[in-house]
Amino acid sequence: MYELINVDKKFPGVHALKSVDFKIGRGEIVGLVGENGAGKSTLMKVIYGAYQPDGGDITIDGTKVRFQNPRQAMDHGIGMVFQEQSLITNLTVMENIFLGFEQQFVSYGVINWKAMAEAARKQLAKVKLDIDPATTTSKLSFAQRQLVELAKVLTLEERIDGDLVILLDEPTSVLAKEEVELLFSLVRELTKRASFIFVSHRMDEVLDLSDRIYVMKDGEVVDVVAHDDADVDAIQHKMVGRDVDKEYYREQKQKPYQAEAKPLVAFNDVSVAGKYSDISFDLRPGEVLCLVGTEGSGREAILRTIFGLETPSSGTVALKGETVTKFNAQAGVANGVGYIPRERKVEGIVAGMNVYENMTLSQMGNYANSGVLRIGEEKSLAKQWIDRLAIKTPDVYKDCGGLSGGNQQKVVLAKWRSAGSDIILLDHPTRGLDIGAKEDVYDMVREMSDDGVGIILVADTLEEAIGLSHSIIVLKDGVAQKRFDCSPGDKPSLYDLVHHMI
Amino acid sequence: MSNVLTRDVLIKWAPLIVLLVLVLFFTMMEPRFFSLRNFARIGISSAPALMVAIGVTFIIIMGSIDLSMEGTVSVCAVVFAFAFIALGGTLASWAWLAIPLALLVGGAIGFVNGLVHVLLKIPSFMASLAMGFVGTGFALLLTGGDRIRVEDDLFRSLLTERWFGFPIMCYVALLFLLIAWFIQSRTTLGRNFYAVGGGEELAHASGLNVNRVRIMGFALAGIFYAVGALLAVGRIGIAETATGSNFMFVSITSVVVGGTALWGGIGGVWNTLIGVLIVNVINNGMVVIGLPGYVQDGVLGILVIAAVVLSTDRKSVTFVK
Repeated sequence: MYELINVDKKFPGVHALKSVDFKIGRGEIVGLVGENGAGKSTLMKVIYGAYQPDGGDITIDGTKVRFQNPRQAMDHGIGMVFQEQSLITNLTVMENIFLGFEQQFVSYGVINWKAMAEAARKQLAKVKLDIDPATTTSKLSFAQRQLVELAKVLTLEERIDGDLVILLDEPTSVLAKEEVELLFSLVRELTKRASFIFVSHRMDEVLDLSDRIYVMKDGEVVDVVAHDDADVDAIQHKMVGRDVDKEYYREQKQKPYQAEAKPLVAFNDVSVAGKYSDISFDLRPGEVLCLVGTEGSGREAILRTIFGLETPSSGTVALKGETVTKFNAQAGVANGVGYIPRERKVEGIVAGMNVYENMTLSQMGNYANSGVLRIGEEKSLAKQWIDRLAIKTPDVYKDCGGLSGGNQQKVVLAKWRSAGSDIILLDHPTRGLDIGAKEDVYDMVREMSDDGVGIILVADTLEEAIGLSHSIIVLKDGVAQKRFDCSPGDKPSLYDLVHHMI
Repeated sequence: MSNVLTRDVLIKWAPLIVLLVLVLFFTMMEPRFFSLRNFARIGISSAPALMVAIGVTFIIIMGSIDLSMEGTVSVCAVVFAFAFIALGGTLASWAWLAIPLALLVGGAIGFVNGLVHVLLKIPSFMASLAMGFVGTGFALLLTGGDRIRVEDDLFRSLLTERWFGFPIMCYVALLFLLIAWFIQSRTTLGRNFYAVGGGEELAHASGLNVNRVRIMGFALAGIFYAVGALLAVGRIGIAETATGSNFMFVSITSVVVGGTALWGGIGGVWNTLIGVLIVNVINNGMVVIGLPGYVQDGVLGILVIAAVVLSTDRKSVTFVK
């Protein structure tokens, strides 16, 4: 009944959806799986009206529709239960449930709270949640909030005559096992009235719940599997299956790291409560160590710990043989750690400051006499690194906010390298870069390894992780699953990794 | 660059253009406006305001705001006047020590201001507003509501002695403007202000001690408020609780009209100079062409809104709180 035909969506530089066909019948539960960046969230956003497709049609019961915004999609019975909890925590449960639809309880400009509470209780009963609708949302557990979200979407039942389509985006990520089962039985019951689209990283859950499964890769639907034919291995192969180009990742330039040398970073059973637990590894000079896992598996938290932005709750971290006692960014920088975060605009470069100002930001003390800057030296440093990394900028005075993503990334790298950092943390260093700029980054990674720099990488894709790294640690829910050795010619396959990730 | 008149270029030069247009406008309305005597008058009214505005410029570049200037100026003025008279009453005696004392008091108030803001994690506008009230109250306590006259000829030569038609206080203000420029462009502290204002997260992730920068910023602003207080006392020869009055509106208006962005990272002391001149040219020009005072306030208010509208890229700002 709800159908997408040949839907296309492009963003600058990215073809996010490539003529996707998608169909969901009455009372059906459809699973949607794919790697990070495969186009799942874009597809979801098109479905619930947050994005308008560039091409193709959306039809409901054969009638063409076009949603300008999520509200219009809701009016057609399409609701979204968000992965990020979308409830406003300082409002009560009932206010959240009827947020934006309070008009039905208003007479003469005054809200009839009793009527709203009554109506809210009815919604909560649908999800079998027995709480006072006047409870402040922040007092609820995550599982309860998830159910309130569902109850909120189910108000569509009363408002809309036709069929409902409800999207569930990673609804189980914060739930315990029993809570997941409860949610699933609820969803199955509700299929009398609604169809569900279920997105999850947990393959077993998708297989368990879904009648059909759409497998996405690179913005395309690569397969649709029926529940009875579904096979985890086959689906995983389809999610990642593509050939890796060894040249592209500069594999021929990968040299063995200095395995005998003193480790630059040593983790000994380190845990950060709620983020990851009992992680141990050594990073040696010249090594590229890649942390692989899904979003929230603890990769970023490990990077942040090394840099000093997170303090471990147990275990010891040693940098260059010295056990770290004070966890803050200043100590991290002083220990020679350079952090290249994912959000370049937020944490990578200061827009509004020019090239040399950005480059010396972490090492201003080296370019100043009692607080007075030696700007001439800063400029010559910047010139030197502009040449060395082939940074495309008219001059050192250019505002870094006006540089392209790849060149911004180079400025960030130059900042740390010129300051003598020999432990470099790369968080998605190629995200949002075009292919040429990516290759530049790969070259830089190899050069840094040759110089004896230790690199910890959270890669944008699995291929990148495999192609660039000497070693890989696969993480799942904050626990190290397996360590792979990735010497050139003897690298693990994508499938080996995915197998341990989900 | 095919398109020379881009938005950025326009924003960069708009304040200066506005200033020139204003001067031209008032000159056409009343030719006497364009005279050395009148420019000296504008200079005299601008000098104390420029000092205070430069102080708050640093804070605004950091993305914070400081509203303590009125209280700080009053306290500095009163403390200066008391110390000056107690130590001999003329610059030729030990009374000159009152000048560094006033600067020290200004810096100390700013320092406390910064501590309250950073350590107690109180938003800067609230912390500084409260400190400002404390200052005003303290000044009143010291004076008991009296006016303290500072009648030393040597000190008053700030106003009375003129070089090339402008009184010495204008040159003092210019000197401190250059010092401020040096701090802004040549010191790690100045660079840190921009880094914190342009990206606090990033500054932190680059190993900067952001809290220390903030506290230093408030202390520095306090010193400039003290300079403003000294010039204000030199101008009228009186220190009282009301010495600080009206500096809040004038200084913040000047900073904003000069093109320094309220969310930090963009702008500088030269922008503030232009802003102060715009505000004072309007004030002066309206008097010269004979418009009543309330029109001036109205015009300034409109100018502030226009300046913020022009300097805000509304596409990138979704919510304004």
